Amino acid sequence: MTLSLVALQLLNGVEQGLLLFLVASGLTLVFGVLGVLNFAHGSFYMLGAYLAFWLAERTGSLLFAVLLGVPLMLLFGFLVERLAVARLYQRDHLSQVLLTYGLVLLFNELSRLLFGNDVHPVATPALLSGSFKLGEVQSWPAYRLFTSLSCLVIALLLRYVILGTRFGMRLRAGASNAEMLEVLGVDVRKLFARVFSAGVALAALAGMLAAPLTTVYPGMGESVLVISFVVVVIGGIGSVRGAFFGALLVGIADTFGKVLVPSVSSAVVYAVMAAVLIWRPRGLFGAPAEAR
Amino acid sequence: MTARQRVQALLCAGALALLAVAAVGDRFWLQLFGKAMITCIFAISLDLLVGYAGLVSLAHAAFFGLSAYALAGLTNRLQLVNPLLTLPLALAAAALAALCIGWLSLRAAGVYFIMVTLAFTQMLFYLFSEAPWFGGSDGLYLSQKPLLSILGRPLLDLGNRTAAYLFIFAALVLSYFFLSRLLRAPFGRVLAGIRGNEQRTRALGFSTARYKLTAFVIAGAVAGLAGYLDAALYGFVNPAELGWRQSGLLLMTVLLGGRGTLYGPILGAFLLTFLEHYGARLTDHSSALIGAVVILVVLFLPRGVAGLVERGGRG
Repeated sequence: MTLSLVALQLLNGVEQGLLLFLVASGLTLVFGVLGVLNFAHGSFYMLGAYLAFWLAERTGSLLFAVLLGVPLMLLFGFLVERLAVARLYQRDHLSQVLLTYGLVLLFNELSRLLFGNDVHPVATPALLSGSFKLGEVQSWPAYRLFTSLSCLVIALLLRYVILGTRFGMRLRAGASNAEMLEVLGVDVRKLFARVFSAGVALAALAGMLAAPLTTVYPGMGESVLVISFVVVVIGGIGSVRGAFFGALLVGIADTFGKVLVPSVSSAVVYAVMAAVLIWRPRGLFGAPAEAR
Repeated sequence: MTARQRVQALLCAGALALLAVAAVGDRFWLQLFGKAMITCIFAISLDLLVGYAGLVSLAHAAFFGLSAYALAGLTNRLQLVNPLLTLPLALAAAALAALCIGWLSLRAAGVYFIMVTLAFTQMLFYLFSEAPWFGGSDGLYLSQKPLLSILGRPLLDLGNRTAAYLFIFAALVLSYFFLSRLLRAPFGRVLAGIRGNEQRTRALGFSTARYKLTAFVIAGAVAGLAGYLDAALYGFVNPAELGWRQSGLLLMTVLLGGRGTLYGPILGAFLLTFLEHYGARLTDHSSALIGAVVILVVLFLPRGVAGLVERGGRG
């Protein structure tokens, strides 16, 4: 492998990892604060991608699609939380897994019903359709640079919100002891609903950004869901920082796996996860306490 | 009638109905009920983990699929058709895989355990669908179905529909009695103790890790039995059988029926098999129907269909 090829793969890996972080951060937040194992998270990614496709077709611009789509998905997340997820806070993980699995089936069919089984391409915005030269043969698309930078900005924003705002303070308090927070007079139900819809919006945004790169197709959420679970487990469940480093690790491992061992590339990521868990059974940044 | 008698009556009536299907011998019903009974075996094996040991495993499809692939490999590569050889070997493969995956996964607890088992399932799924040795995503056909013959005369031919059906029925009855006996034995009481409070059980002097691993391996082997029967019934294996979707669907079957009851998952298996079959006839989007049923059951029947049976007519 030449140096420029390594550089290209590294860039691709980081870019993929950053997108993955957007999905995984929502998953880990929802688990950390609400204690809900959300299998429908990948579906929100898929719905985001479909929404971007549909809105971009109507408005003629991916930017407008994102600006319109994210608030819509926030609202959608709020509705799902109020109508279904909120009924399960008192129940065990099993019921949550089952309910969200039912949602996966429902959303998958919904997208097939509305958009059919076809693969839909989404155009890259004209402004970002160029690419940068890396060495003599390789080049890196400008759109990938744009998504990486957007994800980085969002990661920094998330960090600020969680560590530097009142909402973030409540969120952290909710993650460590929601009952106590309620006793202190905070409306935990509202907090939970906000966190859930924020998680949905993060996943949907990742789907919207990824749409021009991966195209839009039924069932696209599932591979993302499983890989985000891997990210969350590697990072430590509930830890946003862990999700960030886990996502980068998984993104890079996956890209290099595809180049180095193409016949079993998809298994590489899981092998990495198994290795991390044998080394640290609660993930890189996992709390040492007993599982909730 | 007490709840227990009601369940026993239900099971006896069900068994008689299943035998009646064999007597009718209609091809379509044999296939559909055969499939449902295989799902029953698969579901009760998971119930041992989920309902009794409190271990929510998403790796269960892996053992089903590995055993099915083992049968395909033994038949196609080694020309072994004798079920007296292939069945134990396929079950051993499933049990060995369960031992390895269980040993690694049981280091994690709670949600981590769910995730780790999920990851192992996916690892195997990708291995079987991408690696060049196992027929890829198209899967493999069995060159011949299991056949037991003595002195040149066929004694048990799983290529014969009625014979295969009765064999599956016998396997289901045996697995049911095996598991319910196991759960009434001290072993089952220890598992219940682990589910209730693992630390106290450990304090009583039981090596809980070893009990959990043993349960995991037994459940894996019984799941392997279901996978073997499935491959023998259809003469075909494909990687989707060991993916997380299959694991999720099975978990759904167990919970829909009512975990921790053994007969509940059987009800769930029949319910879902029929829902899938008739839903697919009714509409192209039958998964949405199943999804809706699942959501409603979670919200309104926390103990599954078995909860209805136990409450009986008293609503």
